[in-house]
Amino acid sequence: MATVVFESLSDRLQGVFRKLSSRGRVSEDDLKAALREVRIALLEADVSLKVVKQFVQTVQDKALGAEVLTGLNPAQQVVKIVHDELVEMLGGDGGPSKLATAPTPPNVIMLVGLQGSGKTTTAAKLALLLRKQGQRPLLVAADPYRPAAVTQIQTLGRQLDIPVYHEERRKPPELAQDAVRHAERNGLNYVIVDTAGRLVIDEAMMDEVAEIRRRVHPPEVLLVADAMTGQDAVRVAEQFHQRVGVTGVVLTKMDSDARGGAALSLRSVAGVPIKFIGVSEKLEGLEPFHADRIASRILGMGDVMTLIERAQQLTDEDEAQRLQKKMRTATFDLEDFLDQMTKVRQMGPLDQLLGLIPGMSQALRGQDVNIDEKAMKRIEAMIQSMTPNERRHPEIIGGSRKRRIARGSGTTTADINQLLNQFRQMQKMMKMMSRGKMPAGFPFGPG
Amino acid sequence: MLNRLFRREKLDQGVEKTRAGFFGKIRTLLMAERPIDDDLWDGLEELLIQADVGVQLTDEILDRLRGEHRAGEIQSSKDLFDALQDALATALEEIAPRRTLVERGTLSAVLVVGVNGVGKTTSIAKLGNLWRSQGYNVVLAAADTFRAAAIDQLKIWGERAKLPVIAHQPGADPSSVVFDALTATRARGADVVLIDTAGRLHTKFNLMEELKKVRRVIDKQNVPNVTTILVVDATTGQNAVTQAEQFAKAAGLDGLIVAKLDGSSKGGVIFAVTRAVQAPVLFVGTGEKMDDLSDFDPDDFVEALVGGGNGRV
Repeated sequence: MATVVFESLSDRLQGVFRKLSSRGRVSEDDLKAALREVRIALLEADVSLKVVKQFVQTVQDKALGAEVLTGLNPAQQVVKIVHDELVEMLGGDGGPSKLATAPTPPNVIMLVGLQGSGKTTTAAKLALLLRKQGQRPLLVAADPYRPAAVTQIQTLGRQLDIPVYHEERRKPPELAQDAVRHAERNGLNYVIVDTAGRLVIDEAMMDEVAEIRRRVHPPEVLLVADAMTGQDAVRVAEQFHQRVGVTGVVLTKMDSDARGGAALSLRSVAGVPIKFIGVSEKLEGLEPFHADRIASRILGMGDVMTLIERAQQLTDEDEAQRLQKKMRTATFDLEDFLDQMTKVRQMGPLDQLLGLIPGMSQALRGQDVNIDEKAMKRIEAMIQSMTPNERRHPEIIGGSRKRRIARGSGTTTADINQLLNQFRQMQKMMKMMSRGKMPAGFPFGPG
Repeated sequence: MLNRLFRREKLDQGVEKTRAGFFGKIRTLLMAERPIDDDLWDGLEELLIQADVGVQLTDEILDRLRGEHRAGEIQSSKDLFDALQDALATALEEIAPRRTLVERGTLSAVLVVGVNGVGKTTSIAKLGNLWRSQGYNVVLAAADTFRAAAIDQLKIWGERAKLPVIAHQPGADPSSVVFDALTATRARGADVVLIDTAGRLHTKFNLMEELKKVRRVIDKQNVPNVTTILVVDATTGQNAVTQAEQFAKAAGLDGLIVAKLDGSSKGGVIFAVTRAVQAPVLFVGTGEKMDDLSDFDPDDFVEALVGGGNGRV
């Protein structure tokens, strides 16, 4: 069978409008065809059907009443309306929301969710984040059911040097209450309660988690949900919200390639903000939620903002200008090359970075996105085996130097030749660019 | 037979909620004698999509049924119900198990893989318990050396199921755990070693490379029978397809376990998954207890899911 290939919504809509005769204005029939594509795109992204229906209706109303925007073709217009509406529904552009606090400390944060959604890891990540902000968090092991769940959070606590509260054979509601008292006595101002994973259809377990809430009055009850969740997200959000009352959502495993349509389902059903997303197995991997970025992701349009942000974190303004000048005057040498490469690598694994570029995610989907990290490491090794003088003036590298560099980097002289050739090509290209000529086929040049 | 009936009821209980949910509505929709009209087709489409069957596959199934309807093969809504059930069951039956998982007197290695939090460790405990109860000599290998306390978790299950667990320290190279576990399994003359691996997102290049290495280590040990099983969470949406494809590429894939089929989720994505990787569902996890694991039977699954008759054998 052909595997399911996801197209971005903009590609789909361009296809629809190409087939239609009317241009410039969106007729009602055109819109119907377009909305069908919107519906499919959202369903493929695992947005719950109920939410999709509401959404499509809203978009239809807005699109019919919308002013025709100059400069946009009909497909772009619909994409814009859909994107804006998605952002709106996901919580708007207002940026990430803050954690609510109690009138008097400690501030209790309760984590609830299904089995395997990532509550324990999120608890540790949240504790680390709070401590970085100068707070004094306490972790509470309130999952006596899953084998070794307590050991897991204790191990994480040790790794982070954050205290973990636990009592053997104490029921979770009482245990949580004791933990809060423990925090009060010890001057800890945040209490993060890691509860057991539970099914929403398990009455006794849902009662228990509601009881914990009644005992500790948490200003925040965060529903931890897996970004890969399918249609069931609606029911999970509904049930946890009705039975326990949630104040926010943490969407985990966002470093997968799931479209994350569950975000929209959870947000619109529970009506509470998505506060954080989990983006890595590492304990630093908890980021604020940005509605616009997830909207783009759901629509399969890449996540340029995150890419830009990561790049910005690593390059400061001055340095960017210095580099630009070097490129213009073609004094960009191997040292700069190495420096740039190291920076790119710091931004994350290359395959992951490519996924953030619009259009790349589906181009790469199902392919071996093995952008050769090994080859990059080899190049690094070669440049590092050169003397500073050789890096600045590669033209001085003759046969005997090549043999030495090859030995030093565990490569062959042929590899060194290839690198030097590529570098010469690059320099040539930079010279051409600086004279305003864009060589044909340059990957990121204007069409 | 008694054993089979017993397990069958478990599956029903798990799937019961599923049925009571959306698929139950299919039955209501179809069993009532009513004309086959656009409303009915739309209803069917919605119900399949809400079960995570996926847009593409839903369209395909319904197109085929529409064709049969036009050809006069489907005349009543009751016919349509039977045909739907047939189509779903056939889709699963077409993918037959490739080999026996475990044989007495032959060393078998079963590598259990999946993304984070799907229920690998619990599934391994259940599977080990099942095979032990069938008289096989089972060893567990704790090759998830990454997640905090994963080794402890498997050890606790091992104690409960009375199964030996081969483990190293946290942070150890999973390949070396596997190597030792294979040696130990051979030395004990055991039938099968069940290997628990760390949860990994299929998008992580390095972690998938690590998995390839584990597989290479097993292959180099001349184990007569090697099987890779992917555990899929029943609540997962369309991403399960990509997951399966990527794990198949890294470690080969011989079958699936659908875990957590005891919730309100439908598990409908398995139709697309089994088709994409041409590997069958072998077992379904239907609860948190050690014996909450059922053999997978396509007919039973669909029957219980769509809700024809009482679903009992």
